[in-house]
Amino acid sequence: MAPTVRPTVAQPLSPHLQIYRWTWTMAMSVFHRITGTALYAGIALVAIWLVALASGPAAYDWVAWFFGSIVGRLVLFVYTWILMHHMLGGLRHFIWDFGHGLDRERRLWLSRGTLIGSTLLTILIWALALVLR
Amino acid sequence: MVDNRQNTAVTMRTPRARVKGLGASGHGASHWWMQRLTAAANPFLILGFVVIIAMMSGRAYPEAVALVSHPVVALILILAVISVTLHMRIGMQVIIEDYVHDRGWKLIALFANNFYAVLIAVACLYAILRVSLGRMV
Repeated sequence: MAPTVRPTVAQPLSPHLQIYRWTWTMAMSVFHRITGTALYAGIALVAIWLVALASGPAAYDWVAWFFGSIVGRLVLFVYTWILMHHMLGGLRHFIWDFGHGLDRERRLWLSRGTLIGSTLLTILIWALALVLR
Repeated sequence: MVDNRQNTAVTMRTPRARVKGLGASGHGASHWWMQRLTAAANPFLILGFVVIIAMMSGRAYPEAVALVSHPVVALILILAVISVTLHMRIGMQVIIEDYVHDRGWKLIALFANNFYAVLIAVACLYAILRVSLGRMV
C-alpha cells in the first residue's frame, strides 16, 4: 500500500529568536549550552594531564609547567568559572524540573544567581587554593 | 523488511510501539533520564575533582603519583570520569540534533561525538588505573 499523502497546509512560521528582547532566563539558557560545549572541549586537558601523569616524569613536568604558567593558570581559572556556571545552571534546571521557582520573580533570580554564584564560587575556590597552598 | 513504523495505515502495531526509538537519533527517553542521573552525581564528584586538582598544583611528580594512587582519590576520579563522559556525550548529542539537520553530517557528527567521548573516558580511566595500580607492584 502506498504511504498516505498528507495535504500540505501553509503553516504559520514561528518568529526567529532575534526578534525577542533578551531576558535573563534566555541568556542563561544559551550560556548553559555554551559552557557545556566549552567543558566538552576542555576535558581533553584533564585527559592530557592524567595521561602525562601515567607516562612518566618528563611528560608530567612539561604539562605541570604549562598549567603553572600565566596562560595555563588563566585557562584553569576560566575553566573553573565555566564549570561552576554549568554546575549551578544544572542545579537550576533540577529546581525547574521539579516544578519550583517558575514564577517571574524566582526564575529571574535563579538565572541571575547562576551568574553571581558561579563568579563567587570561582573566587572562593581560587582563594582557598592559594591560601591553603 | 519494510519499515512501516511511521505509516499508520499499514500496521497493527500500537501507537507506542510505532514511535519507540524514533528520537532524533533513534533514542527515546532513556537519554533524558541518564542526563539527569549523571547531573545529580556530577556536583559531588566535580567538587571532589576540584579539591584533588587544587591539591595537585605545584607538586613534584612523585607526590602527584602518590596522591592519585590513593584509593579514595582514584575512586573519586574514576567515578567522575564515568559520570562526566556519559553526561557530555548526551549533551553534545542534543546540540547536534538541534543544529545539524543534514542526514550525512548528522551521522558524521554523532559518530565523532561518540568516538571523542569514549576516547576521553578510556584515556582517563587507563591513566588513573595505571598510576594507582602501578604502585602496588
